[in-house]
Order: sequence, then C-alpha cells, then structure tokens
Amino acid sequence: MNKYLFYPGCSMDTSARAYNESLMAILDVLEINLAEINDWNCCGATEYLGINLIPAYALIARNLALAAKQSNGVHTVVASCSACYLNLAKADHYMGEREALNIHVNDALAAGGLSYKPGSLEIRHLLDVIINDIGLDFVRSKVVKPLKGLRVAPYLGCMVPRPDYKKRWSDHEHPNELDRLLKALGAEVIDFPLKTHCCGGHMTQISPSTAFELIRRLLQSADQYHADVMVTVCPMCQMNLDAYQRETNQYFHTNYHIPILFFTQLMGVAFGKDPKELGFGRELVKANQAMNRIGVETPTEEPKAQPRRKKPTGLPMPAMPGEVGEEE
Amino acid sequence: MTTLAHKFNDTDPNVRFLEEVSERTAGVSRLEMCIQCGTCGGSCPSAADMDHTPRMLFALIRAGMREEALSSNTPWICVSCYHCVVRCPQDVHIADVMYTLKSMAIQAKLYKDSTAPDFSQTFVDMVETYGRSYEFGLATRHYLKHFPLRMPSMAPMGLGMLTKKRMDITPKRIEGIEQLKAILARAKQLEVVS
Amino acid sequence: MTNNATNQEPKERIGVYVCHCGSNIAGMVDVEEVAQWAAEQLKDRGVVIARDYKFMCSSLGQELIEKDIQEEGLTRVVVAACSPHLHENTFRTACSRAGLNPYLCELVSIREQVSWVHTDRAAATEKSKAVLSGGVERVIHNEPLEPLHVPIHPATLVVGGGIAGIQAALEIADAGFPVILVEREPSIGGHMSQFDKTFPTLDCAACILTPKMVSVGGHPNIQMFTWSEVEKVDGYVGNFTVTIRKKARFVNEELCTGCAICQEKCPKKVIDDVYEAGLGYRKAIYTPFPQAVPKFPVIDKPNCTYFQKGTCKACQKFCPTGAIDFEQQDEWITVQVGNIVLATGYDLFDPRKVTQYGYGRLANVFTSLEFERLTNAAGPTNGNIVLRDGVTVPKTVGIIHCVGSRDRNFNNYCSVICCMQSLKFAHLVHERTGATVYNFYIDMRTAYKEYDEFYQRVLEEGTLFVRGKVAEVTDAARLPGEEGKLIVQVEDTLAGKQRRIPVDMVVLSAAMMPRKDAKEVAHKFGISCSANGWFIEKHPKLDPVATMTEGIFIAGCVQGPKDIPSSVAQGAAAAARVLGRIQQGEIALEPVRASVDQDKCSGCRICNNLCPFNAIIFHEDRMVTEINPALCQGCGTCVAACPAGAISGTVFSNEQIFAQIEGLMRVNFFPERQSAVA
Repeated sequence: MNKYLFYPGCSMDTSARAYNESLMAILDVLEINLAEINDWNCCGATEYLGINLIPAYALIARNLALAAKQSNGVHTVVASCSACYLNLAKADHYMGEREALNIHVNDALAAGGLSYKPGSLEIRHLLDVIINDIGLDFVRSKVVKPLKGLRVAPYLGCMVPRPDYKKRWSDHEHPNELDRLLKALGAEVIDFPLKTHCCGGHMTQISPSTAFELIRRLLQSADQYHADVMVTVCPMCQMNLDAYQRETNQYFHTNYHIPILFFTQLMGVAFGKDPKELGFGRELVKANQAMNRIGVETPTEEPKAQPRRKKPTGLPMPAMPGEVGEEE
Repeated sequence: MTTLAHKFNDTDPNVRFLEEVSERTAGVSRLEMCIQCGTCGGSCPSAADMDHTPRMLFALIRAGMREEALSSNTPWICVSCYHCVVRCPQDVHIADVMYTLKSMAIQAKLYKDSTAPDFSQTFVDMVETYGRSYEFGLATRHYLKHFPLRMPSMAPMGLGMLTKKRMDITPKRIEGIEQLKAILARAKQLEVVS
Repeated sequence: MTNNATNQEPKERIGVYVCHCGSNIAGMVDVEEVAQWAAEQLKDRGVVIARDYKFMCSSLGQELIEKDIQEEGLTRVVVAACSPHLHENTFRTACSRAGLNPYLCELVSIREQVSWVHTDRAAATEKSKAVLSGGVERVIHNEPLEPLHVPIHPATLVVGGGIAGIQAALEIADAGFPVILVEREPSIGGHMSQFDKTFPTLDCAACILTPKMVSVGGHPNIQMFTWSEVEKVDGYVGNFTVTIRKKARFVNEELCTGCAICQEKCPKKVIDDVYEAGLGYRKAIYTPFPQAVPKFPVIDKPNCTYFQKGTCKACQKFCPTGAIDFEQQDEWITVQVGNIVLATGYDLFDPRKVTQYGYGRLANVFTSLEFERLTNAAGPTNGNIVLRDGVTVPKTVGIIHCVGSRDRNFNNYCSVICCMQSLKFAHLVHERTGATVYNFYIDMRTAYKEYDEFYQRVLEEGTLFVRGKVAEVTDAARLPGEEGKLIVQVEDTLAGKQRRIPVDMVVLSAAMMPRKDAKEVAHKFGISCSANGWFIEKHPKLDPVATMTEGIFIAGCVQGPKDIPSSVAQGAAAAARVLGRIQQGEIALEPVRASVDQDKCSGCRICNNLCPFNAIIFHEDRMVTEINPALCQGCGTCVAACPAGAISGTVFSNEQIFAQIEGLMRVNFFPERQSAVA
C-alpha cells in the first residue's frame, strides 16, 4: 500500500467533481492510500501571486506546514490539480532557494502557530506517482477492459511538465508519461503535438478572445488527428476545454465535439468500474457517443479513417529515444 | 534583499527599477542576465494580444521605463504556461517576474484595464473570507462588473455546471480561518517592510 | 628546527628588493617602510642590502640585483613583488647572469597575496614585512641546484588526423623529423572532410584538404596508424612510451589495392552514423569516402554477416588480390616519442535534446552536419539540397543559429563558427535552389578576416534575417497557409512581434562539443580538461597550444571551438614548439623534486601508490623506495605521506618550510595578541 498526504485543491469537489469521483473509485485498485491534509486552504491559484509576494507564499505554506505536522512518517504530498501542484512545489522550492523569503514566510506562519522547513516534503503530481511509484506494469495488470479502439489525445497541460524544479518529467515539451499510461490502458494514443500547450487558464475570465483562441488551437489539433476524446490531468484544463467548448465554437463558427475526460475516468473504465461511479455525465460535451464505441462488444460503426504519419522514404531519420511507438 | 550582484548607487529611482523588480520576485530572478534573444516572446502563446512581448517588457525594465512597464497589459495577458522559463537560455525566471509586475502595477495603480486586477482581488477576497475559492460568488461579482453582456450567452454553461453539481451556490469554509487570517495579516506587514 | 638566536653570525649575505609595481603594490603597501624595516630588523639574519624600486622586473630593476650580487658579494636574493608564476624566472635568470645560482633567489608575493586582497594599508604593510621575513628565513636554507637535463627523442606522436593534426604532422615531417600519426577512424581527414564548401572563400573542403591528406599518406617521415587508438602513455617529456592499439581491419594492407570491389559486392547496407552523419549508407566493409587516406577499407565487425552469422564472405570471394583476412587480430605497437600533439577535434551537439525544434520527430529538420552532407557533391544526394524524402527541393528554408550554444540549458559558450556556417548555408541554398532563405540569429558573429564581407555578400543575395532566437519549430498548423509546412515560431525582436514563418526545411546550426570521451583521453595523457571537456591550455592568452604537462601540446577544436584557419594555425604552432624542442636536443627540467633518504626509508611503501606521475620505484632487494627524478613533478604528495619523514623535496624541504613559518611569525601584526616568538 503506497501512502501519501493528499492536497485535493478547491476544484476537486466542484468543477472537477468527476476527477474526484473517478480518483476515489480507483484508489483501491491501485493500492494507494491518500490522507487528506486536515483543514487545507486554497492555494491561491494564479491569482494570489499577482497581488503580493509574502502573503501569497504564506497562503500556500500553511498547507505545507499542516501537511508536515500531519506527516506520520509520510513525506510526500500528492496534488491532483496542476496549479495546486505547481504552487506547492514552487513555494517549497523558492523558500529553499532564497533564505530571505523563507524567513519572512515562516515569520508569517508563526503568527498562526505554524512553521515549515523547505525541503522537508516532497511535492508530486498524481500522474507522476502512478507512473513512477505504482508503475505501468501494475496498472497494466489491473486492466480488465482494454480501451481498444478509442483514439485518445493526451493533453498534459503546461504546469505539470514545466517548470519542473525537481526534474521529474521526461521532457518539457513532449513528455511521454500520459501517453505511456494511456497505452498501458490499451487505448490508441495519437501523437498530439500540442500536448503541453496552454489551455488559457484564467484568461476565460480576463480576456475571453485570448482564451478562446488557445482553446480553439487545442480542439483543432485534436480534431485534425481524429481523436475520439481528449484526456487531461488538470481541472482548469478540463473546464476550459469542456465548459467553454460551446462558446469557443460560437466565437469561431466551428463545431468541434470533443469530449474532455480526466485520465482517472479512463483508468476506471479500464479497471472495469461502473461509469456512473466515475463521474461520467458531468461533462458538458457529452462523452457517451465516444465511449459507446468501446463500451459494447462490437463497435457499431467503423472507426474513422486515420491520417498516418508518412513512413519516411528517402533519407533516414535519426532514432528518437523512448518514442511512444517503441513502447512494449 | 537584493539578488543582483551589483547594487546601483544612483539616486534616480528609474535606475533602481530593475533592482526593485528583482528584489520583489520570489526566487533569484536573473533579470540582469537577459540578452534580449526573444525566445520568450517567440514562445508566448498569447503574445499577439500583448502590448509588449515579454522580451520587450524586460527591455523597458532595464531601461528604467517604469511607467511604460507597469502600465503595459503584458503581465495580465501572461497565462503562466512556463514555456518561456524552460526555454530561456539565460535562466531568467520570466513567469515569476510577471507576477511581480502585476503586484507592482496594482500598487502603483498604473494598469490600464482593471479586468484582471479586479478578478484577482475578488478571488483573493473570497479566499481571505472563506479559506477556499468560491467560484459562484467570484463569477457573479466579476461578470456583473466586467462582462454583463456575456451573461446571457454564459447562462447555458452556468446552468450546466450547476445541474451537474460542478458549482456550489454556497461557499465552503475552512475551520482554521482565524489562523489563516492571522498568518496573512502578519504576512502583509512583512510585505510592506521588505 | 632552526634556531633564531641572534647571537650567531649570519651565514649568508642576503639582498632584499621590494617592488612598488607602480601603484599596484605601493598603492596599498608602504614599500619604502618595508625595505627600511628589512635593512634594520633583518640585519642580524643576514640582510646586507635592502632596496625598494618602482618596477623590479624591468631591465634596470634586474640590473640592480646583478650589480649588488657582484659588488656586495650577495649569496642570496629575496624579491618581494608579484607572484612567482609571473617573474620567478625573470629574477632567477638575472641572478644567473651575475653568477649566482638561480635557485638561491626567492620571489615572495606581496601583490597577489597582500596589496591586491587587502584594504587596510597599515595591516597590509605589516603583512608584507612578515611575508618578506618568511622569504628571508627560507632562502637561507636554499641549496644551489642544477636543472635536470633530459634528452628529447626526435619522434613525435600526433593524435588525431583532422586538419589540425594533419598540419602539425606535415610541418614536423617536412622539417625532417619522424611523426607517428594515430587516427581513430579508417581514414584521416576529420570533420573537414565531411564539409562541402568552407567559409569565407567557399573553397571546396575536399579540394584543399585532400592534397594535404595525400602528402601525409605518402610522406616518408610520417607513420600513419588509422583505425587505431592510443591505449597507454608512460614516461615524461622527451621520453614517452606510447602503446597504440591497431584495430583489425580484416584487410591485408600489403595486398589491398583500394579497388573497392569488396564494397560494391558487400550485401550488408548500414546507416553511416559517422561520416554521413546518419543521412546515408555504407556497407559493412567500407572506406568512409572515396578520397580516403589510406585507401584500405575496414570491416565493421558488429554489422558483418560473416562475423555475426558465419555466412557470406562475398568480399573475400571477389577480392582480386585475396586481401581479405578474417583471421586478422588487433595489434599492439609500442613507440618511443619525445613530444605529443593532441588534436582530437570535436563532436556535434545532439539537437534531439532541444525538443522544441523537433529534430528527430519532424522529418525536415536537419542538423548542420547533415546539411553539409546534403550539399556535398559526393554525399547521399549528390549535392542536391532536398527534403527528407530525397526528392523534393525546398522552396523556403529556415536556418537557426545558436542551437545548443549560448544556452544555460545546454552549453554556456558560443561555438564561434555557427554564424559563418549559417551564412554559408544560406548562400548554398540560394545558389543551388533559388529558395527563400531565413536566418534566425541572436547576434551576428562575423569577426575574422573577410568574414563580415561574407555577411555583406549574403545580404546582397537576399537572405532574410530575423533577429530572434527561435522558440519552436512545429508542424501544428494554426493559420491558413501553414498546412503541410514546418512553422518556425520566433519573436522578430527588431520588429517587436511574434511571427510564425512557414518553411519547407529547417537547418539547425548545432553547437560544437568536446568529444564524448574527452575526460578519459585527458586522463590517459595526464593533462587537464575543463569541466565541460575542452583540454586546458597553459595560458589562455599567451600559450594556447602548450599544456601544463611538459611535452604535450594541443591543437585545434580539442582546445575549444574554432574555425579552420585557427585550427591550422594552432597545428602549426604546436609543430613549431615541438621542433624547437627537438632542435635543442634536450630539455632542462625544473629541479623541484622529491627524494628519499634511503637510510630513513623503512620500506613501508605507503608512498608507492600515491604518486600521480608513476615516478616511484621500489627496490625489492634493498626494501627501499626510490624516486625517479625525471618523472617526479614535485607535487609533494609522497613527502606528506611518509610516516618516517624520509622524503624531502628540493625547493620545498622541511627546513625551508619551517624556516619560512618562523619568519612569518616574527612580525606581530595583531598587536592585541601575544607574539608567538619571544
């Protein structure tokens, strides 16, 4: 049983409810024990840091301090939301890098009877834990319903692979972690070129035109590769791509229909869980048509023609280490 | 608390602008190391909507052009995707400098468009009241003030989120809200001093 | 321990000279006071004359010393000035001229160690007195020494057959002395043989290189070992013993005529990762290129069907002279040489690491070396610039400068040649295809002779320059007109806007990097290598081809990125140094040596394995250790390790060190503390 301290973040029981439900449903399969940090507070997302410096870091550090107190021998905090993950990691990193910041933040924490020593906790994202601690062999062994025939666009978003202070991810631009996980579930993973491009974050509230353009780029690319669904690891990304898909379509006069799912939802399906337990139905861009294609014994319609990357003739290409196609 | 190797002796505050920005940035910003190569401006997904590309903004900072820099919309359009940070050949902590500029722009009241600062402030107010973000409250207050005309077109989405239980009408609260308030109060005192 | 009792007559007549060094020393140290103090306070220690002078290292300064030696009968000299690294030799030579053994002169540093590092004038002056006093006490114990004379073997080893190595070898050989040239690849020529044209003259690389290669191949004074590596190096300057491993070619060089039928008939095609930069093919038996020197092919054993599966042998069947010999073994050859020149060149940075440029994922992104092979008339496309499909001619080409250079994420330094190389590529693309060319740069570095003129030429040809470091190269189309193209996304910093420029082909000017095994090679030869792998020269400005190890020289890109003219110049410079040594016939080595007092040596052998220069010999019969003075570099490790104190160093004997300490402590410049010396 792998034990971790858990920082859910504000979205988990609201906009990312499906993420929460599907995560809870698969914990026992993955043999993960998540101990939620007692009375955690909001990490401030990207808003607090834009107002001030020390209060913003103190806000984040309260969670780290509470986690450290609750530790009980467990020194890893797992976050499921990318922004929360980055904020926790960033606070820990900068407090360690800059002594003056550390002193001030701890001074503030002391006013609440708390303290935190940077470096005493390891901050990790849920996907990182599944790939590196649980391992893909284990995941593969638990698959009872392979997602064969489902074309998936793996969308990791920007705040997980970057800036990556502790160098956990395979690459900043084209990391293969999510690809490998989805392959392990039996899905057909497309080579999605925008897998770490930004969804726009909170720009939907600030400058919708900017945000819609960023959302459109992602949808267009996924559509170009005939993806059935797009899979994400972050509540904000899911919300932007899902909840704002209709408005984006209106703005650009397009009609994309790409369901956006959390990776835990697909894991749950692959593990044989009931889709109702996994938050299906909470997405605004309905996923049932896509899921029907693999939820029945035989697919009811032929898979769409897929554009293939041309096999190189002519001059040889250099070999790429760890290419997705080279897995298994 | 300077992280620059060289402390400027000039009494002209504009020359110290670079130093000030560097000091108020979380880690070691390395802003003085910028060679103006343009990788950041080239990487930025929202550059087209910015008054100045990130690179140009840094040129303004280094030139001590305080007003132009702080009234630029650039940091508000930054989406924090960190593409610039990982690609910068001089290891400048670009995204963190953007956060600094936001807070300096707010304090100097030099921003031109209040949408983003208001949004952040509203968000912060919610968190300081409840300890958690409160999307419904945030959205209603923000849209009423800044995008009233969008509300009809947003209605389907809003309704969808409510019916699918992805948004709560009432806020959640943490137990240790007094503790949090004490921490933040002290932090704000320290912020002024440093 | 020395006795500082002042009632003894001083044995030596010591001259003390305190240098002002302009204001370098005098600005912080009261030099007149120091000299005065020495004259009065150190009189009982033997100081008969103490002077201060503006620039001791000047001719007049030196003459002061010489005059005093003759007129005052000085037996010891102490100069308080700059660091011995700079002028120890100057003053020792001055003493020599006046008839005093040079090793009876000491130079103590009151500049680097006092005036340059302190800000308290009074304390600095006191410290200078202490330092000077230390020098005086020490010099009393100095012995007159003679340098060690070592004969120089006239043969020279040149490692690396690229342009720098070739130049060095030819110069030495033309001067009439034997050269042994060792090259790892089957042919000499190095990276230059891969290029098409060279800047700024646009000379064809092969045309200017191959005549030199042929000269090397046919030179009576050059013994060439290709497909070989240096395995072991023993010895010291003038007398190196080098073991070379000559790998089996499986081709009998006596019989092979270089007809290349074997290569034609070989059925096994392999991607040529070395010469063709992975863009073309060769056979399992191959010469890397038609003008190879020597002409003999080699068999690539891991890819040979016979060696792997036991079948085929087509080469043997068709060879008209029966030159194929599958039984051939590696040979080890030991040679004696007097000097070594290392010219092992560079490796290209692997741009797969820069994932945002898409090299390896996107078909039409090429490295600079791959592009050289495309443009080379003997290359995989016969000199046609085409896309990865081998057929389509690009209509727009983007050339990216600084890939992996000037970048803290990869290499911090500038690779020197990429701007010129990128301009050359632009020119070639214009010339051969008429395509539109974009060059993306941060700065334009065209510094040397005719280089900026070349830039002007490329501007005239209509190349479009965008000042901006490319952020990414992608195939994800976003706007109309981008489908099917590679999009270069960059901030045009001069226009202040982000641009997306669709191109057909992208060429990456990748950084020059040290060879992957640079550290091992440096270690093998006993020279220093910097953290990133470039070999370290003796002095970056004044001595770029020598190393800290006597007898070993470096030339070409192994010392750092540079262009061909500089590599040639360095090769020639190294040759000149070597020839100078050979000409002299012998070299004088510093007599800074450790020696074992054999009466005290207990034979414990603790020192034996500590010597980094393998200078320690143990005599089994007498159970005592001896140090080979020629190999010993005087590092002092064994001296410190000997539990019996049986080892002492000349110039760093125990007496000298203790005396110097005593002298230092004589001056109390912490008045609040008790003086340690009564």
